[in-house]
Amino acid sequence: MTDTSTTGQAPSSDDQYVRFINVKKSYDQHNLVVKDFNLDARKGEFVTLLGPSGSGKTTCLMMLAGFEDVTSGSILINGEPVNNIAPYHRNIGMVFQHYALFPHMTISENLAYPLKVRKKSADEVKRRVKESLALVELADFGKRYPGQLSGGQKQRVALARSLIFEPSIVLMDEPLGALDKNLREQMQFEIKRLHEDLGFTAIYVTHDQTEALTMSDRIAVFNDGIVEQCAAPEELYERPANSFVADFIGENNRIPGTVARIEGGRAQISLADGSSATTLNPNCPQPGEPCMLTIRPENLFIAGDTLRDNCIEASFTTRLYVGDSIRYFFKMSSGAELMVKALNDSQAPVLTPGALTRLTWDLADGLALDRAI
Amino acid sequence: MQFPKYFTFWQKVGMHSLRLTAWAVLAFLMIPILVIVPLSFNAEPYFTFTAGMLSLDSDAYSLKWYAEIINDDKWMLAIKNSFFIGLCATAIATVLGTLAAIGLSNPVMPFQRLIMAMLLSPMIVPLIITAAGMYFFYTQLGLSGSYLGIIIAHAALGTPFVIITVNAALSGFDYSLMRASLGLGATPGYTFFNVIMPLIRPGVISGALFAFVTSFDEVVVILFLAGPEQRTIPRQMFSGLREQINPTILAVAVLLVVLSALMLLTIEYLRARAEKIRTGEI
Ligand SMILES: Nc1ncnc2c1ncn2[C@@H]1O[C@H](COP(=O)(O)OP(=O)(O)O)[C@@H](O)[C@H]1O
Ligand SMILES: [Mg+2]
Repeated sequence: MTDTSTTGQAPSSDDQYVRFINVKKSYDQHNLVVKDFNLDARKGEFVTLLGPSGSGKTTCLMMLAGFEDVTSGSILINGEPVNNIAPYHRNIGMVFQHYALFPHMTISENLAYPLKVRKKSADEVKRRVKESLALVELADFGKRYPGQLSGGQKQRVALARSLIFEPSIVLMDEPLGALDKNLREQMQFEIKRLHEDLGFTAIYVTHDQTEALTMSDRIAVFNDGIVEQCAAPEELYERPANSFVADFIGENNRIPGTVARIEGGRAQISLADGSSATTLNPNCPQPGEPCMLTIRPENLFIAGDTLRDNCIEASFTTRLYVGDSIRYFFKMSSGAELMVKALNDSQAPVLTPGALTRLTWDLADGLALDRAI
Repeated sequence: MQFPKYFTFWQKVGMHSLRLTAWAVLAFLMIPILVIVPLSFNAEPYFTFTAGMLSLDSDAYSLKWYAEIINDDKWMLAIKNSFFIGLCATAIATVLGTLAAIGLSNPVMPFQRLIMAMLLSPMIVPLIITAAGMYFFYTQLGLSGSYLGIIIAHAALGTPFVIITVNAALSGFDYSLMRASLGLGATPGYTFFNVIMPLIRPGVISGALFAFVTSFDEVVVILFLAGPEQRTIPRQMFSGLREQINPTILAVAVLLVVLSALMLLTIEYLRARAEKIRTGEI
């Protein structure tokens, strides 16, 4: 699941700045909520843990921060095991979903807190608080209390506070979860900017796949305590390892079928309605086994005069006008439902409900994945 | 009085009698307390209003019962005892109660409800039973008839109030603040004094006030445990009622009412302040 081995040479400690090795966690001694988690994060990398709620993402962060014990396995920072280091000696910045600003302290006092704890001189504290306020564009807000700020401002303060003591690692647990959509996009941008300017190693938790895709160098997709795939955003989107990942990241059409043959780099899939399709074979199950044929809605086309590599028939049910695009919904005779996302231009076809339509896609755009879900 | 237009005659009558009843209940509660105020300034050694007092004759009033308190060694000793025992018991109850409430609010604490019920029992079990139990137990340990024994007993009675108020303050406490503080490099001790304590302080202080009042007007345990040396104000009033019937008791009572009122106001002020901290508009 890790991709550090691709370079071929022994990984340096910068390549493995944060390491989770066979980490398992159980809260009740019976059920593992994290099952054999492995991750190597490069120094300065932005790694996202993405997964549905309850899949164990927060638990992994809490173990790294030192707020939860590791049931078995070990966590290394810069080559040193941290299992026996108290949270207040780990020097890790942390941003919480609900900000966790100290309500009885002003913004300046909140920012000064980690510096005062480290017994910095009054002059230095003052200077760095000022710099920090400027960094998150809240220079005039130092004297206010957290209760007097908006959600976005609070989260900027929380971010500034987690960075002010210059930790080399910053953990963020769904930091934008409580913000509305516009603010969230603005803050994503802000976090990326700070990450690029300051060069810390970021471990970011979210259940929002768009957020993960736009911000991360690498994404670990969590499901029920295991990592389904850990890869760069493009790879996750274009070459998902299994149908969970294919489904969780972006939208997908799913057609159940059976692997008929694997030949060279290609796999022949027979579908339930009797037709067949050809795909490339990465991550394809063995011949004879059931599989899930997945095609992204933007890669599936309503056939005009020319056909692409694959073609199936389905009847048109309805369409959804989105604005810049139009979504067409189809149903195959086997019952599988399909969606085509077409640009809203002059070529957008007009179909009557019930019309039998040919849908077509390129060889490289279909994947035959395991049928786990 | 303004009623909505759609009110019928009988609804209006009902509303008026509701208000009347409410005022009557308030009067019933307050008159026994208020009536002692003028009586404590009575120039005569009686518990009744004299003709002079009713006609507001200034000669009918005097401060002599207040002077009596100051001049009487027994009363002065009782006042000193009450404050000494009250303050010591409050200090112990506050520290123990606060720590207990914090420990009990931690989700990893096993048997929370059971332990909580045991700690609160002095508040629920009839006082006479607690007092009798303490009497037998403390006598065995040689603690009866000593300041230490009474202070410990009063601390035990006051602790439940601190646990309850601190527990209430903690119920609105955001535990991620604790993690945030540790994550920022503060030790648990530093976190306690700089993050937890400031946020639960109103709860701690009102708990302390309750504990103080509990000790201050407690008489049953005193009857069982105290020797003549440890007489407190309520104990002194109790014997005063039988031995020397004169308005000195009323003067003391007025002082106690004033003290209680001040404490109530303080608690109310703290509660309002806690509310503001919580909503973040200090
Ligand atoms: N302190 C805890 N005690 C017991 N179970 C917990 C605790 N924290 C989390 N869990 C359980 O562990 C699982 C994973 O939780 P979590 O790591 O918070 O998931 P995520 O952050 O991905 O939503 C969930 O089933 C949750 O109920
Ligand atoms: Mg979580």
